[in-house]
Amino acid sequence: MEHIISVTVENKFGVLSRVAGLFSGRGFNIESLSVAPTLDPSMSQMTIVTSGDERIVEQIVKQLNKLIDVIKVVDLNESDFVSRETALIKVHTKAEDRAEALRIADIFRANVIDSTPSTYTIEVTGDPKKLEAIINLLQPLGIKELIRTGRVAIAREAIRPAVSQPKKLVRE
Amino acid sequence: MKLTGSEILIECLRAEGVKTIFALPGGVVLKIFDMLHQQKDIEVVLTRHEQGAGHMAEGYAKATGKAGVCLVTSGPGMTNVITALADAYMDSVPLVCISGQVSTSLIGNDAFQEADNIGLSRPCTKYNFLVKDVNDLATTIKEAFYIATTGRPGPVLVDIPKDVSMAKAEFTYPSSVAIRGYNPTYEGNKWQIKQAAEAIMKAKKPILYVGGGVVFSQAAKELLELAEMTQIPVDMTLMGLGAFPGEHPLSMGMMGMHGTYCANMAVHYSDLVIAVGARFDDRVTGKVSEFCPFAKVIHIDIDPTSIRKNIHVDIPIVGDCKAVLRELNQILRATVNGNQKDLRKPWWDQIRDWQQAHPLAYQQDADGAIKPQHVVRRLYELTKDRDPIVATDVGQHQMWTAQYFKLARPNRWLTSGGLGTMGFGLPAAMGAQAAFRDRLVLCVAGDGSIQMNMQEMATAVVSKLPVKVIILNNRFHGMVRQWQDLFYEGRYASSYLETTPDFVKLAEAYGAVGLRANKVGDLDAVLKEAVGIEKPVIVDVPTYPFENCYPMIPAGGCNHEMILEDPPELKQRMAGAPSTGSDESKDTILTA
Repeated sequence: MEHIISVTVENKFGVLSRVAGLFSGRGFNIESLSVAPTLDPSMSQMTIVTSGDERIVEQIVKQLNKLIDVIKVVDLNESDFVSRETALIKVHTKAEDRAEALRIADIFRANVIDSTPSTYTIEVTGDPKKLEAIINLLQPLGIKELIRTGRVAIAREAIRPAVSQPKKLVRE
Repeated sequence: MKLTGSEILIECLRAEGVKTIFALPGGVVLKIFDMLHQQKDIEVVLTRHEQGAGHMAEGYAKATGKAGVCLVTSGPGMTNVITALADAYMDSVPLVCISGQVSTSLIGNDAFQEADNIGLSRPCTKYNFLVKDVNDLATTIKEAFYIATTGRPGPVLVDIPKDVSMAKAEFTYPSSVAIRGYNPTYEGNKWQIKQAAEAIMKAKKPILYVGGGVVFSQAAKELLELAEMTQIPVDMTLMGLGAFPGEHPLSMGMMGMHGTYCANMAVHYSDLVIAVGARFDDRVTGKVSEFCPFAKVIHIDIDPTSIRKNIHVDIPIVGDCKAVLRELNQILRATVNGNQKDLRKPWWDQIRDWQQAHPLAYQQDADGAIKPQHVVRRLYELTKDRDPIVATDVGQHQMWTAQYFKLARPNRWLTSGGLGTMGFGLPAAMGAQAAFRDRLVLCVAGDGSIQMNMQEMATAVVSKLPVKVIILNNRFHGMVRQWQDLFYEGRYASSYLETTPDFVKLAEAYGAVGLRANKVGDLDAVLKEAVGIEKPVIVDVPTYPFENCYPMIPAGGCNHEMILEDPPELKQRMAGAPSTGSDESKDTILTA
């Protein structure tokens, strides 16, 4: 099953290779990985999309936690989350296709961010299904180049009940 | 006052209480060696190969419980020490390895003797550092020792470029360390420990399965208390030997692939497995899906990744073995009632039956070829009063030593478990000897593995490390030969070593003492003579070459399905086998 794991790491050299090396060395899958600094520039946030059964994902989370440069690991699948991915799609457009390309972009609320007489570069953001859908529609026009960021994800904030209830005692 | 990086390094080692380091110089670490040369607090043992330096540091660490330190140069120095780092990583040995690196301005330029030390060592160290600024050096060394010795111990590498070792900085040694991504859990969860205590009280056929974690957390006393109080039998892993007294009536001896019959039967048929500081390695579990099929499992380990990595665990307890066992004992002391001996009688009757059915055994004829088990047993009986430290290499001799050398205390057993590194024994023994100059340090080796770090005999002689090496010389890579006999119809592909070298002459060439026991009748006298000599000694014992190590669980087999003796077809094949592996019988051996 697919899992999205959010990893807070030290923002210093070599950390990415430690994380990547862990996955390759132990035979875990990485479907995508994105990384960038957080508000605190001494830390970076990674979003790793991986897959495996319950035991493998438990190991992935534990092994990531064991890395000394890893500060926090959250398996987002354990609660509700939202995720997004951006794709930049460069499409061949013959004169007769240009209107169609714009229409497709419009349907998906995508933006044209660069244009030449024979191409459009379209920026689209959404969940993986949306990206797949627009790619499928643009393919007949001729996709020259496609680049995807990999997914980023964030946990949904729990909705607090209006009336405060006594907290349940939670055992670790 | 400002100090150079090299001086800072030495001050840090002093502050960490390091008395001995194992080292081999080279271009980029010359400044460090020059400074070491001008001080007296830290002894430098000059090894003949960096792998030897690494294993010596491991032997030092295993015998003392403190971090071992080795120092190597860049490039080939670093690549040579990798095997030792990987070994230490697998067996959780606290190690700090200082490696030289080319100057920061040259890194990445394919400079002379440059290697990507960080990249090379990343998968086989707990952590590694590249020090780019001399101002960071002291903090880095402090962190290196902290990481190596806390939590689940392991090797840490500190890579120091040449210019950093020469640059100057103000020296202050930090008094504490805070690493936000590294906070090992020492105290076990109290609720879980209570669950464990309840499970122990309820169990009818419990077994303790203890590993190296008990040794490193110095929990032998707590383990003894737990076992005696609850009358639970104790299985030890290869790494756990010494954690529980081998001659104790509750001791089942070693478990696993070459463990005792009763140890493996007991774990297979138990209803509660209490794993302490062990990691369910495949050499212990055999076929993992059928490991302890009737048991609930309690797993106490400081490393969360060890838990539920290989098998399902019912009561996981993350924490330091010593702290958890202490807590557990406290609860049990208050709850244990009635005579545990009576309570456990049916279980113990069953275990005694297993013990009597298939004890460890071998057949030694008075005028026949010397049996390797006999050598180990006699060595044990002749030296046990001196509380020796015992190192081994890897192979048949290692398993026989594990079976017959019944260690009474922890930190006496130096062996390569996880990585199975041939060539480990001699340097590891020397590292322990460097820590304890007055103790008796033995190394049981095979004629194959001793040659993998033979060069360190020179170090032993020069640095006056009087280790006693006993070579069980069967002229084979014995364990390979055993597998070939059992699973490859006796085709000895690249396992026969012939009768070279002459280890007695070789010992003498190094300036050590060489002895040989040719007959069973000579054995005791030769062993006694060897352990009385104050110099390094090699005892060459030609043994029966076709002896196989039993019990044996074939790879992927179940723990209760052990091979206990040569199968009939093998016995038939071996009927005419020569009793020695001498050169005259070479043709018979290779065409067998």
